[in-house]
Amino acid sequence: MSTAHHRIGVPEFLRTGVVFDQLTQDRATELIGRYPVPRSALLPLLHLVQSVEGFVSQDGIAFCADQLALETAEVAAVATFYTMYKRKPCGEHLVSVCTNALCAVLGGDAILRTLTDHLGVAKDGTAGEPGETGSITIEAAECLAACDHAPVVTVDYEYYDEQNPDSALDLVQALQRGEKPHPTRGGALSDFRTAELEIAGIFGDTPEGAARVAAEVDGPSATEQTLRGSHLAEQNHWQAPVMPEHVDLPPVPEKK
Amino acid sequence: MAMSDESPTPAAAAVAPLTPVLTRRWASPRSWTIGTYEQLDGYTALKSVLGGPSPANPDQLIELMKNSGLRGRGGAGFPTGLKWSFLPQGDGKPHYLVVNADEGEPGTCKDIPLMMADPHSLIEGCIITSYAIRAPFCAIYVRGEAIHALRRLTVAVNEAKAKGYLGKNILGSGFDLEIVVHAGAGAYICGEETALLDSLEGRRGQPRLKPPFPAVAGLYACPTVVNNVETICSVPPIVLGGAEWYRSLGTEKSPGPKIYSLSGHVTRPGQYEAPMGTTLRQLIEMAGGMQGGIPLKFFTPGGSSTPIFTPEHLDVPLSFDDVAAAGSMLGTTALMCFNETVSVPWAVWKWLEFYKHESCGKCTPCREGTGWLVQILRRVVTGEGTMADLDTLADAASNIAGRSFCALGDAAATPILSSFKYFRSDFEDLVTGRTAPVVSTHDLVGAH
Repeated sequence: MSTAHHRIGVPEFLRTGVVFDQLTQDRATELIGRYPVPRSALLPLLHLVQSVEGFVSQDGIAFCADQLALETAEVAAVATFYTMYKRKPCGEHLVSVCTNALCAVLGGDAILRTLTDHLGVAKDGTAGEPGETGSITIEAAECLAACDHAPVVTVDYEYYDEQNPDSALDLVQALQRGEKPHPTRGGALSDFRTAELEIAGIFGDTPEGAARVAAEVDGPSATEQTLRGSHLAEQNHWQAPVMPEHVDLPPVPEKK
Repeated sequence: MAMSDESPTPAAAAVAPLTPVLTRRWASPRSWTIGTYEQLDGYTALKSVLGGPSPANPDQLIELMKNSGLRGRGGAGFPTGLKWSFLPQGDGKPHYLVVNADEGEPGTCKDIPLMMADPHSLIEGCIITSYAIRAPFCAIYVRGEAIHALRRLTVAVNEAKAKGYLGKNILGSGFDLEIVVHAGAGAYICGEETALLDSLEGRRGQPRLKPPFPAVAGLYACPTVVNNVETICSVPPIVLGGAEWYRSLGTEKSPGPKIYSLSGHVTRPGQYEAPMGTTLRQLIEMAGGMQGGIPLKFFTPGGSSTPIFTPEHLDVPLSFDDVAAAGSMLGTTALMCFNETVSVPWAVWKWLEFYKHESCGKCTPCREGTGWLVQILRRVVTGEGTMADLDTLADAASNIAGRSFCALGDAAATPILSSFKYFRSDFEDLVTGRTAPVVSTHDLVGAH
């Protein structure tokens, strides 16, 4: 099929000519094997190719289609549906600022403005050369399910809670210098591509990967907010009613 | 559905304001490890079901869930035991359990902390539920962005496998189960159960026509139970404590404890697990009152898709039926509290931008309607709206509600319809110029 004719409504994916290596191939095979029906692995496979290239390219689409014996159009239709699949090369880090109503009212809109002004790009833009240290893609995100920590920013999907324009600017400037401040909740920060590998479902299938995941899994998860109810209950000796020593399961009712 | 034996009801007098059941391990050191979980009764419910000389009859578990009165924690409040019982038995098809962990309803922030702090409680719930519904395969569909929850769950699955709680012939019972931890890719609509199933099948996450319901034709067109994280995590404690114990918490029609997520302008936002039927007044008091003493203006009982409430609803018991009787929905008990400094039209506009972005495009009322609603709201919040615009908003919202393919369209109409009910004058003031525009045209271009 000729690529010279651009058809309206057909999504464009960049061609990179990348050849996916044996490790990626093996990972794809392993992911597909997890499901009763192979096509269920399509979302993980798209995350996988994104972990290799930092975005989803036409070559990535073709790789996924090959693995699952699908048409590239079928894969492209899926890739364009989901926000997490990026069609332009992403920076070393993806910074997401929640601008849904609750975070926005507590400062999310101001944070996004401060960061886009500082980076000199519009939202969904990338400051720096994608893939190079300190390059950053910034996006406005929908609710990140951390509303008790508003306003929330994530970097490569790790939580940086209770931000304000100054703290978020400090964070982004540190990232630009190549530093990796630890998230409030989550594993030690790596980069967008490494995060995408884990989201694909590959958690430590190499010695280095296994060591990284083993450390990351112990990263903090519960903050003061998370535990407020637990602590208040403990201080006041509030408990759920005590369970009986032993209970039997009810009998199966007779069929009418 | 109540049990017919005449055992006395437990003294209802001394129920504490907070009753940690699902959250009771959260503050323990390394609560996410199997070691901590087992020290704190973890996997004892599973052992009681599968570990004895003869495993329990799966139908007994379904009966137990019916007796407990547990209702789905994903928002709709459908009776869990009844849902399980809808699966046809002996139909020769494989059955599946799919856990909806695609937490994304604005304001909702309970399932991700639950999966991070206590992943094994979800795994144990999945094993017992899969056994009850005769499913050899369970998928936990986790929101793609929730990377730390994905990590914790994946490690927990491996730990459970190593202990023989998962895999072949679990605890010698002859029951086999595989659990896959599956990441989504950023689409709010996938929280809708049939869209989730399409997404899990590797397709665009668009809802399916119902019927057939997932109980009959779900994942791969086979009988499937789709339950929320908090629902499945409630299963092990119900097995351990029994239906009567579970019913000693909460209200008659909404039994059990519930994780209430307080956010916004309260002094101490966070997760508070209390009996069903607790009021926002009680919760705000536990959270140290309103921030800076600035009074509450409006709140959502269960996320942005539930009609907003005002201070007159502070004493509504937050249970499925009481909230419905007061004109809203319990949803996910995501209590977003906004004080008097917040412009209602502004918040409604922000929410509508969200629904427009997340509309899947399958049906016309939602796809086109959310687009038009946003365009009109942009005029209103920048001070360029007219009174006719307000009528159009109300008219369009009423025509989307009930006419869209799935609940997302209804949800998009909800902020407009409910805010007009209580705060229409706030919109009118923006139109007449009595209130200054809440967004400048310049900011609007940058914002979305």
